[in-house]
Amino acid sequence: MAINETTLTAAAAWRPDFAAIASWIKPGAKILDLGCGDGSLLKYLHQERNIFGYGVEIDDKNVLGCLQNGINVIQNDLESGLSSFANDSFDYVILSQTLQAMKHTAEIIQEMLRVGREGIVSFPNFGYWKNRMQVIRGHMPVSESLPYHWYDTPNIHLCTLGDFEELCRQCNAKILERRVMNGDRQIELSPNLLGRLAFYRFERG
Amino acid sequence: MPESNSVGIVTPQYVHIDKPLKLKSGTEISSYNLVYETYGSLNTGRSNAVLVCHALSGNHHVAGVYEDKPKSTGWWDNMVGPGKPIDTDKFFVIGVNNLGGCHGSTGPASIDARTGKHYGANFPIVTVEDWVETQAQLAEHLGIHQFAAVVGGSLGGMQALQWTLDFPDKVRHALVIAAAAKLTAQNIAFNDVARQAILTDQDYYGGDYYSYNTLPRRGLRLARMLGHITYLSDHSMASKFGRELRDGKFSFGYDVEFEIESYLRYQGDKFTDLFDANSYLLMTKALDYFDPANAYNGDLSAAFKAVRASFLVLSFTTDWRFSPERSRDIVKALLDNNINVSYGEITSTHGHDSFLMNDAYYHQLVRAYMKNIEV
Repeated sequence: MAINETTLTAAAAWRPDFAAIASWIKPGAKILDLGCGDGSLLKYLHQERNIFGYGVEIDDKNVLGCLQNGINVIQNDLESGLSSFANDSFDYVILSQTLQAMKHTAEIIQEMLRVGREGIVSFPNFGYWKNRMQVIRGHMPVSESLPYHWYDTPNIHLCTLGDFEELCRQCNAKILERRVMNGDRQIELSPNLLGRLAFYRFERG
Repeated sequence: MPESNSVGIVTPQYVHIDKPLKLKSGTEISSYNLVYETYGSLNTGRSNAVLVCHALSGNHHVAGVYEDKPKSTGWWDNMVGPGKPIDTDKFFVIGVNNLGGCHGSTGPASIDARTGKHYGANFPIVTVEDWVETQAQLAEHLGIHQFAAVVGGSLGGMQALQWTLDFPDKVRHALVIAAAAKLTAQNIAFNDVARQAILTDQDYYGGDYYSYNTLPRRGLRLARMLGHITYLSDHSMASKFGRELRDGKFSFGYDVEFEIESYLRYQGDKFTDLFDANSYLLMTKALDYFDPANAYNGDLSAAFKAVRASFLVLSFTTDWRFSPERSRDIVKALLDNNINVSYGEITSTHGHDSFLMNDAYYHQLVRAYMKNIEV
């Protein structure tokens, strides 16, 4: 089915990262969104792609947000795995800007590969030139996509595009598609330098 | 006195179901009475009815107060009422005393019209499935063809779950709180100690204590004391009672010394005035027998194949009698069947009793879920 670019553009105005993910989702798909926040992405995907799905979230306020948004949510700690979910039970398992805050990084990628036919991961690119500049100047980066100080950041496993691709190789995840964004612009040239947010779609290798 | 947003003065109602009920045990009850209460009003589309199922020692008096008894507040008054999480401005809420209970529905303490005597030990053991069937009869009596939601905590949660299995088209949502798809061996063990306390009381008289004008008080008291321990958490007992002594010093005897002893004995004594021992035995058996997966070789996911309702499943972190693991079993089986389900694991210090408490997050979750139910 062709992607309806008009609706995606409208939504892209407020969450271009949602639109980027939606462009990869087949209509009617079954989706698991890990670290789903208040369910905004699932709600958006339901509106745009008529998906059926569940979110997983640990934070009370976000679980409540999901219920208020009418989104199925399972309160569970991602660090302890996805044992409630059967093998191959989802079309897509999404980990949207959550990977960098997880302790069990490789484990969650493996769980995504077990539970879903495809995985989608997005994360802030630490290799973005503005981040590099701040490090060169002697400071940990603070930016729009990394809005924390080193002492209060939940982000414990930041990586670059190259780093993530290496992890995929180690986890035997076959990368199907990559998209690198800066705001609502897609970055084709020198993505590891000019891209702020990275998106990957992958399957079992 | 009731709070300002209470349903106010309520009056129990009775229905006589004159239709034989085939029980799971194979026996039959030819007719029976059910006592129930309703709060709010049924809309013209009859689409806003909510059934609240009670737990082991609960009853039909869910919310509000009785006119002549200002302290008779319903057991879930903090949850059910105008503007409350289960909002009676939106929903028509029904509480019913289960068959075999002792608060007005036919039970062991009722008079058997055929003999003119109390049923006593002759009252058959009823199961969660049997209760759901009687509740369906009540729904028919009230002209309700489909519940917007069936809600329950603990044993009440088991009934809500059973509703979605037995009448998949008659319930749109189930709220299953602090429940389990089956009891663990440890849980059955607690129930059996409670039963043994009653059954071995000299005043039990094989269940016919009514004829002897007495009650198996010691047994029921012990049963309740044991139960009560398991409904609280180590933490809540420690913070409420600690090692406090009533007289501030040891008396080197066996009378009440620690505050926790005093509390448990008081709870036990109070209970013997309010509850019938035979009903207690029967309710604990209903708990033990509940196991919808049993007919499917223990495969809960297979047992849930027919489920159509959407679910909110909630558990409490310090509940060790109906632990979060047991709720996650239910969630997993629902996920395996692509059922709409949300699951909240509520951090609470109050153990199993948390489901009756006024916890902000817990009530927000129920409120948010109920608010999205279309009527």
